[in-house]
Amino acid sequence: MRNKVFCFFFSICICCSLLQSCENEQQLTYKRYYVNGKGLYEQYCQNCHNADGTGLSNLYPPLTDTLYLKQNKTQLSCIIKYGLTGKIKLTAKEFEGQMPAHNELSDIDVAQLMVYITNSFGNKQGFYDASTANKDLKNCN
Amino acid sequence: MKTVSLILIITTLLQSCTSKQDHKLPILGNREAIEHQVNGKTVVDTVYQTVPAFSFLNQDSVQVTNKDFNNKIYVADFFFTSCNTICPIMHRNMLKVYEKFKNNPQVKILSHSIDVKYDLPSRLKKYANKLGVQGNQWEFVHGSHDAIFDVAAKSYLVAAYEDVKDPQGLVHQGWFVLVDKQKRLRGAYDGTKEDQVQQMMVDMQTLLNEDEK
Ligand code: HEC
Repeated sequence: MRNKVFCFFFSICICCSLLQSCENEQQLTYKRYYVNGKGLYEQYCQNCHNADGTGLSNLYPPLTDTLYLKQNKTQLSCIIKYGLTGKIKLTAKEFEGQMPAHNELSDIDVAQLMVYITNSFGNKQGFYDASTANKDLKNCN
Repeated sequence: MKTVSLILIITTLLQSCTSKQDHKLPILGNREAIEHQVNGKTVVDTVYQTVPAFSFLNQDSVQVTNKDFNNKIYVADFFFTSCNTICPIMHRNMLKVYEKFKNNPQVKILSHSIDVKYDLPSRLKKYANKLGVQGNQWEFVHGSHDAIFDVAAKSYLVAAYEDVKDPQGLVHQGWFVLVDKQKRLRGAYDGTKEDQVQQMMVDMQTLLNEDEK
């Protein structure tokens, strides 16, 4: 009898720690994406969009428009990789410029950039992985 | 440990010495010693490099010449509107300079486009508007290929050239060159570095004060 009780508690403990480590694993992946994404942002995007995501006057749009980033979530990977031209409508104002393509970026690079920009500058969209980037990149407008 | 703290103390002391000095800006560029006679004695004068005459079209298609910079200090740089590497950083920083000295009649900014084919005045105007620059305190100028690349290399000592290996075909350095009222070169700052541009703003004030004396 005592043995059974012990077994029961023991297995609960194991389950709990497994779950916890799962959670930690996810959090770690998120953090890794975020940190790598920041590095990529500094390398590829910061000159135009600024370190704090505020852009530059009416030349380069800010990445602080949470609503725009939410509404265009599935197109953001496309913008990052293939660039953007023509008029765009942010919540506060319209922009018309030309963003160059970054064809050299792999799916995981794009995903890491996504995690960084959609969770910085006042945005909070959570995790985004490389397979989602792969899927989104096949459905670009 | 003791030597380390000693070194620390000495360096801070030295540092505080230099920062307290009432410093004068150096004069850059080429110089020449010219001898001449004053009251029968030979006197040596140093003649410094100055920016020679120039003439370009600005964002309003108005001719801009060296005369428009008489009795003014100014900052010169080289860029092009479609440049997607260092130019956004340079002009984000230059915008701070513009805001700081806005409407000061003694201060001008002169940005030369090295994309002589596409950056015609109309395009420069669009760029200036989008950047948030009105009036002509900040001139964005268009010139012939030879004229622009010549002033870069000779007048301001900034490297700019066409390069087929570069993705955009045009390469240039990000210097902001500070020119005084006598058109001498008084400073060169990396326009992509915020701290250097901050220093330039301090030096511009020093230069304005120097001229008042
Ligand atoms: C050469 C400057 C430049 C670079 C570098 C650049 N962008 Fe852009 N970006 C722009 C411009 C200009 C637009 C607006 C394009 C338009 O008007 O059609 C834009 C639009 C965007 C948008 C959509 C509009 C918004 O503000 O939310 C996103 C998202 C974006 N860029 C992210 C990035 C990321 C991430 C990188 C780095 C991989 C990057 N950009 C690199 C210039 C740039």
